[in-house]
This record gives sequence, structure tokens and C-alpha cells, in this order.
Amino acid sequence: MWAYKLNIPSHWRLLSERYRLVGGYCENCGYKMFPRQKVCPKCRSENVKAVELPKRGKVITYTIVQTPPRGFEYYTPYALAIIELEDGTRVFGQLTDIDPSDVQEGLEVEMTIRKVRVSGESGAIAYAYKFRPLLERE
Amino acid sequence: MQKPIIAGVGFTKISAHWKSSLKDLASEAALKALNDAGNPEIKAIVVGNMMSGIINGQENLGSLVAESIGLQGVPSVKVEAACASGAAAVMWACLSVLSGIFESVLVVGVEKMTDVTDNEDMSSALATAADYDYEVFFGATFPSLNAMIMRSYAEKYNLSPEDFGHLPILMHKNAVDVAHAQLRFPITMEGYLNSPVISDPLKLYDSAPIGDGAAALVITSRDGAGNLDHAVEIAGFGSATDTLATYRREDITSLMAAKLATKRALSMAALEPKDFDIVQIHDAFSVIGYLNLEALGIVEKGKAHKFIASGDADRSGALPVNPEGGLKARGHPVGATGVYQIAELALQLSDRAGPSQIENPNVGVAMNIGGTGANVIVHVLRRIE
Repeated sequence: MWAYKLNIPSHWRLLSERYRLVGGYCENCGYKMFPRQKVCPKCRSENVKAVELPKRGKVITYTIVQTPPRGFEYYTPYALAIIELEDGTRVFGQLTDIDPSDVQEGLEVEMTIRKVRVSGESGAIAYAYKFRPLLERE
Repeated sequence: MQKPIIAGVGFTKISAHWKSSLKDLASEAALKALNDAGNPEIKAIVVGNMMSGIINGQENLGSLVAESIGLQGVPSVKVEAACASGAAAVMWACLSVLSGIFESVLVVGVEKMTDVTDNEDMSSALATAADYDYEVFFGATFPSLNAMIMRSYAEKYNLSPEDFGHLPILMHKNAVDVAHAQLRFPITMEGYLNSPVISDPLKLYDSAPIGDGAAALVITSRDGAGNLDHAVEIAGFGSATDTLATYRREDITSLMAAKLATKRALSMAALEPKDFDIVQIHDAFSVIGYLNLEALGIVEKGKAHKFIASGDADRSGALPVNPEGGLKARGHPVGATGVYQIAELALQLSDRAGPSQIENPNVGVAMNIGGTGANVIVHVLRRIE
């Protein structure tokens, strides 16, 4: 479906968000957001600066997709989750390096960069953040 | 303030209309509504539709619909608010009539979904209601976002899988004798629980079907031309927005915009939730139906499933909910749905609903939701004595 072809300009515009998790920090009220908005959703200040967000967080809620949209057939079933980062900012993304049946609320995760979608056989390949479980550490 | 009135209604059956185009469906509904209203002179047309550009390769529906019913020359535009496009069209028609500039306005909600025959493409088209850059890009489908809401809601209020089954079971029961409904068969709790998982924990039977349909209304001022024998008043309407993306909401188990829209509609109508005699909720998914009932002030948080299971929401109950089967069973041709809801209420409030008629309702409310709660429009209708 043509409306769903990955287009390169819109991906390129968002590389700092998709590779580095750059969000917004309101210098007026201290609220952090993802993505950065021109106007703070809490205090409506326009004094919102770009800030790199923490790369670790935990799963707030999740779902396992069984009926994918075009372009995600290969990954199905896959887990999508709302993640709360260590500073309280929320982001949404796919979980990786985990069996979907092992996902649960509260799971500790960290950001990683993975292939998210491709645009046909000869089109662009888009990489972006996904979240993987933290390794068990001593 | 003189309230706008609904002078005529018309709609098609909701189905996979393989032989009918978007234009065929829209013109059928429009002509029925015009005829029902006694063919007044239409001064403007508002078309509600979500996905015609993506699915049918056709935009500029204002011109398409006007020409299809011989009204070229009349001002006509499409409005879009995802799944709330239908109610958005009704609201803009009301504003047009209230402005005094257009005395009689035709509203047509239409969605021709089955021109897309692959599930993956349908899934992508519906997902345009969500945030492309931060949700859909990562593989989010519309059901998957609602599934996260369902999981959070079930955890927070301790609902079992069965608790979500009460609503779809009631919706299917209601649709059996409704001629224009898409799914006219009953389902059981066992059938609900065993239906395939689409996006865990959300099941197929939590979800409204894919279908084609069009619904139309003629909205006029009280001085408007036409036959007003069965007219119904639009006593109030209200609208509100929330974050486009689900993850950016503080509490995903509550529909902030739905509460605001309800408050605004009730304020305009000078009514309260206790005045409702009949309710049309947007049960695109079971959990969203429950959140509608909370936002409308009908049930306490986490108690909607008990209200449905108690029988109070049945056609013969204290407060009937979706007597025509709602989105789940009447069907959900997306951009038409909000117009179907209001058309069905108008028939109920003029005692013309046929087998689904409830006893003597005076006030009805319809809630139409765009996205997972990002755009909500509520209309309150009242019988004209």
C-alpha cells in the first residue's frame, strides 16, 4: 500500500530521536517528554530544549501482536510495550531479544538499535530503537 | 439558542458490499435521508470519512458526493477525525446551521473498506488513526494499542477475560433482528473466550468487524424547510482532544477527552447523565466500550462490566446501550459510524426504530471516538414533544 511505504525524508528527520532517544526538557517547569515538542504540554512554555533520555527503563504495559501490518510479517508474533525510562519519561517501542511469552510488566529493559522495517526489496532499511531485557548481572 | 434538528435519516445495510462503490453507498444513504426529510433545499453538505484516500484512492469527497446526488453547485467538504469522522461531520453541520448561514445541511458518513482485500493493508490503513512517527513506524496496529489499554485496565480493576465478554455478547444479541446490522448472529461466552487472539490480550470478538456502509442525516434549523413530523432535537454537542499517541497519556485506563466532551455536550444541553434514556457507545473494542460508559458518567471506574452483566443495559433494562448492536455487531464502517449512531438515536427518539425500539426514550447520547481516545465527539439528542 503506497501510503505505507517507508519514506526516506521522514525517517532522516527523526534520526536523533530514533538512534539516540533525544527528547525534550522544559527549562521552565522541568518536565521531560518524548518526543520533544515545541510547546511544553504541562506549562505551555516554549523554552523546551533537546535532551538525551536515559537508555534504561521498565515495561509499563505490553501486547503481543499476532496480526501485523504490512512490513512486519517477518517479526510476528512480536511484543510492543510502553516503557518508563529511569527519569519517568515514557516511550513506545518493540521489545527484542526476548520470547514474547516471557514479557511481563515491570521487566527491566535497555535501548538498543535494531532494524525496524524495510521498504520493499530495493528500498531503504530503517534502523531505530528497540528495547531488550537487561542481562542478569552479578 | 435555537437547537438544530434532525429532519431526516437514511443509511445502508453494513456489509461487504462487493458490488457497490463508495459513491454508490454515499448516494444511497443521502437520497434516503433527503426523502425522509421531505426533500428540503440543501444549502451545504458535510461528508464524514477517514480512509478514502488510502483505501479507495479518492479524496475530494465533497464534490464526489454532491455530484452523485445531483447537487453540484452546493458547498460540500469532507471532514476527518479518524473513527470519529462521522460525529465530526454532524458537529460541523450543527455549527453551520447554528451560524444561520446554512439553513439545511446534509451530512453523509461513508467508509468503503472492502476495496482493500489484504488484512495487512487494512491494518496499516486503520493505524493511520495513531501516531505514525512514534507508534505505527514501530509496528503498532490499532488493535495493539487498544490491547495495551485492555491489559492495563484489567490489571488495575482486576477484570477476568470473561468480564470483557459481556459487552460483545450483548451487542450480538441486540443485532440479530436489526436489518441494517452486519453481524446478525448471537455469540456465547465460550465462543468469545475461544475466539482468536489478535493482539494479546485482545481477541477477535473484542473487536468491531470490517465493513462498508453509509449513513446520512438532514440537519436543519427549526424554521428549515421540509417535513418535521419525526424531527429530533440536537440538544447539545461537545468535543475534545487528547494526545495523539497512547503512550503519552498519564493514565491510559481513562479517556480524558471523552470526559471533557461529555461535560461540554451536557452543559450545552443543560442535562445530566441521569437524564439519559438510551446510550450509544463506541465499542470498537470491548475495553473502549467500558471506558465510554465511565466517561459518560453512567458507571463508576472499573464497574462497567458489572453494569452490562446485570441486564440494565439490555433493550428492556434501566438504561439501554446500543440497542442496534453497536460497533461490534451493527458494524463499524469507520467514518460512517458516528452518523449511524446518531441516526439510530434519532429513530429511537421518534419511535421509528422497529424491532430495536425501546420504550419511550426522551434523551439519548452518542459517543464517537477517534484513535484510542485522541479525538472524541459527543452528541445529546432529545425528543421533540
